[in-house]
Amino acid sequence: MGNFYRDNEDIQFLFRHIDLGQLAKAFEEDFRFAGEFDYAPGSEQEAVRNYEMVLESLGELSADFIAPRAEDVDREGNQLNEDGTVTRPKGIREAIEKLGQAEVMGFTLPHRFGGLNFPNLVYSMAVEILSRADASLMNIFGLQGIADTINAFASEEIKQKYLPAFASGKVTGAMVLTEPDAGSDLQAVKLRAYQDAEGRWFLHGVKRFITNGCGDVLLVLSRSEPDRSGGLGLSLFVCGPGPTVHIRRLEDKLGIHGSPTCEIFFDHTPCELIGERQRGLVPYVATLMNGARIGIAAQSMGIAEATYRIARDYAASRKQFSVAIEKLPAVRDMLIDMRLALEAGRALLYDASRVVDLAIGYNTQAENNPPQDKEQSKRVKDNARLYRRFAGMLTPMSKYYCSEMCNRVAYDSMQVLGGSGFMRDYACERHLRDARITTIYEGTSQLQVVAAVRGVCSGTAEKYLAVLSALEYDPQVGDLLAKLAEGTQQLNAAIEFTKGQGNDYMDLYGRALVDVAIDLITGYLLCGQAGTKVEMNVPVAGSGPGRNGQMIPMKQRKAILARRYVEKNAPKIKALTDLIRQGDRSTFNNYEALVGPVPEA
Amino acid sequence: MGYNCVVLAKQVPDTHRITGQVMNDDGTVNRAALPAIFNPEDLSALELALQIKDRFGGRITVITMGLPAATRILRDALYRGADDAVLVTDSRAAASDTLATSYILSCAVRKLDYDIVLCGRQAIDGDTAQVGPQLAEKLGITQITYVEAMESLEGKAITLRRNIGNGWQRVKAKLPVLLTVTGDAAEPRVGAARKMMKYKNARTRAEIEQQVKAANPSADDATIKGLAKEQADALERKGLLIRQWNLDDIKADLAWCGRSGSPTKVHRIQSVVLATKESKDIAPSDEGVAGMIHELIQDKIIA
Repeated sequence: MGNFYRDNEDIQFLFRHIDLGQLAKAFEEDFRFAGEFDYAPGSEQEAVRNYEMVLESLGELSADFIAPRAEDVDREGNQLNEDGTVTRPKGIREAIEKLGQAEVMGFTLPHRFGGLNFPNLVYSMAVEILSRADASLMNIFGLQGIADTINAFASEEIKQKYLPAFASGKVTGAMVLTEPDAGSDLQAVKLRAYQDAEGRWFLHGVKRFITNGCGDVLLVLSRSEPDRSGGLGLSLFVCGPGPTVHIRRLEDKLGIHGSPTCEIFFDHTPCELIGERQRGLVPYVATLMNGARIGIAAQSMGIAEATYRIARDYAASRKQFSVAIEKLPAVRDMLIDMRLALEAGRALLYDASRVVDLAIGYNTQAENNPPQDKEQSKRVKDNARLYRRFAGMLTPMSKYYCSEMCNRVAYDSMQVLGGSGFMRDYACERHLRDARITTIYEGTSQLQVVAAVRGVCSGTAEKYLAVLSALEYDPQVGDLLAKLAEGTQQLNAAIEFTKGQGNDYMDLYGRALVDVAIDLITGYLLCGQAGTKVEMNVPVAGSGPGRNGQMIPMKQRKAILARRYVEKNAPKIKALTDLIRQGDRSTFNNYEALVGPVPEA
Repeated sequence: MGYNCVVLAKQVPDTHRITGQVMNDDGTVNRAALPAIFNPEDLSALELALQIKDRFGGRITVITMGLPAATRILRDALYRGADDAVLVTDSRAAASDTLATSYILSCAVRKLDYDIVLCGRQAIDGDTAQVGPQLAEKLGITQITYVEAMESLEGKAITLRRNIGNGWQRVKAKLPVLLTVTGDAAEPRVGAARKMMKYKNARTRAEIEQQVKAANPSADDATIKGLAKEQADALERKGLLIRQWNLDDIKADLAWCGRSGSPTKVHRIQSVVLATKESKDIAPSDEGVAGMIHELIQDKIIA
């Protein structure tokens, strides 16, 4: 009997290190739901206990039920039948049933629809745990943002129609956005939405690369204003499958084989409008995609964790030159770097999720229950705005960092296994294939950088770093904080320089700027973990054969980790900021000479 | 329509997690060194009952007999979807062997309205596989043992596949029946989120008394009883008091319970220390490996 929550000390540690009680209070609106629903918590303590019980339950399901099926799911894939229906792999069908029974398909939906009303942070943990078992199942479990979007923007009638079915796991959904000519650039969406004489809406056109497009609830972005180009001509609609919705093709993909990727032809399909016309892209789809980005970051964490564990185990048991290969400097360095990157990624993702939750929490308070006192009321509103701004930067940062990290870890894990890793005998090859999509879908890394660098250059990063540096830290990381402060100064100088060079320069060095900002933010987060109040002991690796059972406090372990992380990053930060300030524009000036002409066929 | 199911469950030491401190020097099991869990095949029995309920409706009552601490698996059963749970606990039931246990359980099951009684094939601590069949005899109902799949349930007829060691057998029977269920029959679901959120506070009276006693170590019996009753009543109003029966509640004849009702006598306990002494050649072929795996499973070395 395994458990992917119970066997993961870092998740358990962060569960206690981060103030979940604060989030519970905000989401339960001072626990006003307890009287109405017999399962709604009556206190912070009770809410946090609920979160943990559900994570444990999901951890058990992931380890004992989902993970053992993942290999078969990968081999079997989805099948498009002649009648246009899709047959999912057996393991996915069974897992969907079990997830429904576990009542975890309405994680963040309100109690009144049968949801759990949990914060996004706990959902991120859940998505990570499940993705470790089967990354492709995440593309069904992790699409709960569709229900959230309906909850946030649709009419009460539409909510009643769909949300209880989502929460009970009876239906799954799809975000139907991409078209052949509208991928990263959703403003170019062409699929037509029109009304008949009675005012009923219909959809007509083709969508492509639609994850779980064979699902039961389709949120479709389409052009409702034929005369308006760009985002303002788009609205969001909801429809179900039916005789006018044709799955024409399933893509044959590198990875995430359990997740069906569909081409859909809507042949005058009746549908319903979500919210208001012309708001389809902004704010509806923009909100939906922000949630999905956090989801992909969590999926990335799960894949990285899964593949790292195989490498860690292999390095201890594989002997070459008469020693376990983990004794070889190059291998042990890889393992440490993987583990550090994992914990840095988790720190960033969970912090981003927490900030998203706080933004929602303050917003709910400002709307539903503002303080009587004018000053205080204003502070709540200011906080809502501030945290929304932080979330707008941290969300693309975590998607970018975690997905790139997961590809590095998947690559290096296979490297640790050597030839064995290249074979299908180990799951490393599946994780490597599954990892590859994470830097591409829900906005490529390059687009995440575009989104994040605006935050970095507009003062949001500076502000957030100021918030972080003002927190209390343990004296033992004092010298590390000095290094981070120095790095912040270097970043600020690089930002100043960039601003003087124009927007094209900012996008050109966006990646370097965002990398530095992330290294600093994660540096502070890890230093914070090194000063934790959580008392918890964790085992260290055995020096001899087997586990020798020596334990050290997590606080001490995190201090060791933070030290290596911050000290190794400091020269990198300096080099990157120097590079930015060098002002090299050869990308613009010498592109033609450097890349040469398009190769002839 | 719908079928009322009674599931019998046992809390057992987790013998799959054997560590160095598990055996006492005299060869008995040191139960304190092992975590207590829901007997795995009983979980499969519960899952089969839940699948019957999902398809046809009806109610599921889970019964366990044991110390107050065994309430934990009753809560677990409620998390997974049981409608009702009963703890049968009584100090006079201590030292019951399988015969006395099945007698006591039969008295408890008789108090309930049932179509199908489901037990795990056997518990991982005693491994006797006797309680289910003995219980069926005492209830005077058909027993189908070693169930590995349910094929159909229509009206009063149930069709099952049972493992007969070297193959399987299809059996059709008329309700009521008692099934003993193997791990292959149904893979257990996990606890459901909202049910966990609700039932995590559910307790039996025996547990409440223990908690009150622990919190008020110097209080006298009357005070403890009073406080415990107050708390129990409060839980009952919220539907969170788990039922508890003693031997009087189920009208058990004390002569058949506990030590006096248990003819089993432990003759000798052997502390077997395994040492390598013989080796065996396995052919490096698919057949060879399959044979070895088969043998290891048969010897219960791997599961």
